Parts: sequence; C-alpha cells; structure tokens
Amino acid sequence: MSPPVAPPGWSRWLVPPAALSVHLSIGQAYAWSVFKPPLESALDLSGTQSALPFQLGIVMLGLSAAFGGTLVERRGPRWAMTVALICFSSGFLLSALGAATEQYWLIVFGYGFVGGIGLGIGYISPVSTLIKWFPDRPGMATGIAIMGFGGGALIASPWSAQMLESFGSDNVGIAYAFLVHGLTYAVFMLLGVLLVRVPRSARPVAGAPAALSGPQVSARSAVRTPQFWLLWIVLTMNVTAGIGILEKAAPMITDFFADTSAPVSATAAAGFVALLSAANMAGRIGWSTTSDLIGRKNIYRVYLGVGALMYALIALLGDSSKPLFVLCALVILSFYGGGFATVPAYLKDLFGTYEVGAIHGRLLTAWSTAGVLGPLIVNWVADRQEEAGRHGASLYGVSLIIMIGLLVVGFVANELVRPVDPRHHVPGTDTPKEAADDRREQPESA
Amino acid sequence: MTGENSPSPPSQDRRALITFAWLWVGLPLAYGLYELVRKATQLFTG
Repeated sequence: MSPPVAPPGWSRWLVPPAALSVHLSIGQAYAWSVFKPPLESALDLSGTQSALPFQLGIVMLGLSAAFGGTLVERRGPRWAMTVALICFSSGFLLSALGAATEQYWLIVFGYGFVGGIGLGIGYISPVSTLIKWFPDRPGMATGIAIMGFGGGALIASPWSAQMLESFGSDNVGIAYAFLVHGLTYAVFMLLGVLLVRVPRSARPVAGAPAALSGPQVSARSAVRTPQFWLLWIVLTMNVTAGIGILEKAAPMITDFFADTSAPVSATAAAGFVALLSAANMAGRIGWSTTSDLIGRKNIYRVYLGVGALMYALIALLGDSSKPLFVLCALVILSFYGGGFATVPAYLKDLFGTYEVGAIHGRLLTAWSTAGVLGPLIVNWVADRQEEAGRHGASLYGVSLIIMIGLLVVGFVANELVRPVDPRHHVPGTDTPKEAADDRREQPESA
Repeated sequence: MTGENSPSPPSQDRRALITFAWLWVGLPLAYGLYELVRKATQLFTG
C-alpha cells in the first residue's frame, strides 16, 4: 500500500478528523475499567486478573509504537490506520469469542496483545502526516489528535456501561458488548483510512515553512543524540507527576478535607476525577496550540516549572482551601495532557519531519516507564505513611515533595536541550546554522 | 483552509465532506463531553 497522495484541491482540514476517528477509538483503552466488575463476577476473576488485558494492551502500545514507527513512516498513514483498525477491532472480536466460550486467556490475548498493537500503531499513525500538513501549526495539529485519545475514554465509558446494562453483565452479555464494540469501532475508524492523505508537496500551505525545511534526522540517528534522551526524561517526569495526581485523585481530595468542616463525599470526589479528565483533555489542545506561539522549550518550562509550583501550593496550603486545591490539581492535569500533545511538535523542531513519527514512537517508551513509576511512587509512599500512623493531608506530603523533585529534574533536562549536532543530520538537509537557530527562536505564525 | 493542494476555496462537495467528517467525530465527542460535565458537576452538588 503506497502512501495516499492528496489530489489537487484537497483540504488539509480533512486530516484532523481522519486522525480523530482513530484516536477517539483507541482512547477506549482508558475506559477498560467498565468491563472489570462484570468480568470478575462472570468469569470468577480477581481484580489483578481482570486488569491484565488493559496492562498488556498498554505494554503492546509502547512496544508497537517503538518498533513499528519506522514501518509506519515507510508505508504511510493509510497503511498504519488500516493495521490499527484491523488489530483494534479484531481484539474486540476475539474477546467476544473468549467471553462467549468463557476462555479468559482469549480476552487477554485478543484485547491486550492484538488490540494493543492497534493502540500503538494507531497512536502514531497520523502524527507525521499532521505535522506535514500543518507546518505552520504543528502543535495545534497534533494537539487535536492526541486530545482525541483522551476523548475516547469519555465516549466509551458511559457508552460501554449502557451497553452492559442492556445486554446484561453475564458472559453472554459481555460477549455481545465486545462484538458491538469491535464492529462499531471498525466502521468509525474507516473514516480515517478513507480520508487520510499525504500532501502533494513539501509546502502544503502558501506562506508556511516547508515541511522538509531545515536539518532532518533519521530515527536511528535520533536515539543516539542527547536531545532524544533529554526529551525522554522531560516526558517521563511530566507524565509521572501527572499520574501522581490521577492515580490517587479521589482518595486524595477526600483525605485532604476529611478533618475540615466541609468534608468531600464519594460522589463529589467522583466529580473531581471527571473534572480532572476535562482538564487533561483541554490541556492537550490548549497548551499544544499555545506552543505554536511561544515555542516548545518555553511551554515545557511552564509545564515543569509552574507544575512544580502548583504541587508546592498543594503541599503547603492545599488543605486550607478547597478551591485552591482543585485549581492546582486542574492546572497540573492540563500540563500532563499538554506534555503528551506538544512532544511531537518538539521532536519536529529538533529532528525535522523526515522520520518524526518513528522518533515519536520510540519516545513513547517514556510513557510506559512513567505508567509504572508514577503509581508505584504514590501508592508505596501513601502505604508507608499510613503504616506510620499519619492521616489526612499528611499522607501525601512525601509524595508531593517527590513530584516536585521529579518536575525539577525534568525542568533541568529541558534547559539542556540544544539544536542537534549536524553530524546526525541526513546528508543534504543542512541549512546555515544561523537560519536554523532563528527558526527555533522565532514563534511560528499562527 | 487553502494551500498548494487547494489553491482555490474548497468546492461545495468538499465543504460537504469536511462538514460530514467533523460531525462524524464531533458528535460522539460531544456526547462524551456532555456525560463528563454531568459527572463533574457532582463536585459542586454531591
């Protein structure tokens, strides 16, 4: 399958919905928890067992994005979206068979392994194409797509719950729900496969910088540069700090105000978690778009520097004011989402568009690392504090200080990012150093 | 919305396609956001 080239007159505004149709689908992964209780009662599983399909799916997301990125660059977005569609939908269909026959291993293999490949290939499938279509606004373009990944869970969570209510929560009901998910997502993602096009020329928009202007670095060379690993640290720290709040959001707000005159109920805590999801999504599109105006390095200074300040405010004053606590948590979560969405554009600034999708795929191993590191730190520290007899806000004091430390490490790593040494450039793509530096420092036109 | 791939304003057909594509993804997202807002308001009412 050769990359589909846009015919004359094709609008670049057809590419974001193509990307969204894939990301809104695969974002369902974060709504897996809806299936956990029915699976546990229908197939007699423990909580750890019922989490296996999701965990394997996230591992496969990281692995397939890291190892499949170069293939995605070579074969193009339509091939990648087709693979994502087939794997993600087949994962559900295999799971339906597994639920119907009460073979749980088939659900783990189907949703986790096969579906997980769909998650990884689907996640990176539109990134490179969007950056090529929107060289003037790469942050906004990738922000739209990656916002979709957050939005996918918002759609799937109530939709899946309603479906289980209709079909029933026994194994046959779950099988029907999986079947409908597989078929619906196949149709929904088909729009992306049919609509996605690569631009005919390197300069798809008059007046915008050419997509292939400036030094270009291959994925193989990029992982040998300090810039790649500095960004890896930046992303790991930013994501870990965000997960620090996400992982314990509901018990955290309850504990912080347990001893006050206005304690937080379980219902209100659930509302707080939902509000954090909204901030996460808004940050993806809002902050990533802002990065087109103020520059990538500056926006990460905000994510990491102001993020540390927000954590400090929660640690020092959080239990004295509920609005302050909620506001700080919302800002942190918006930075968490923004960090995910802005990183493809940061990679484009440093390594060019030549293999930016493949480089992004390799960088997503930072996500997998943070996904393990964040919950581990927060849960381990909270357990130790509880054993030490602490309660209320003091349960989280140490965790908050660790998060501030991680953000400071990320801030320093971001400060150390410099333009890539010309010896890593693909031959023939060098531009005069001054021009390249100017381009990095100047805000791009909106 | 124009560029070298679309030097002239999009034709009526293409505008219809753009509208359809954005509605295709926008409507489910609007449903998800509506459910989210319903849940989030519990922070202030719950």
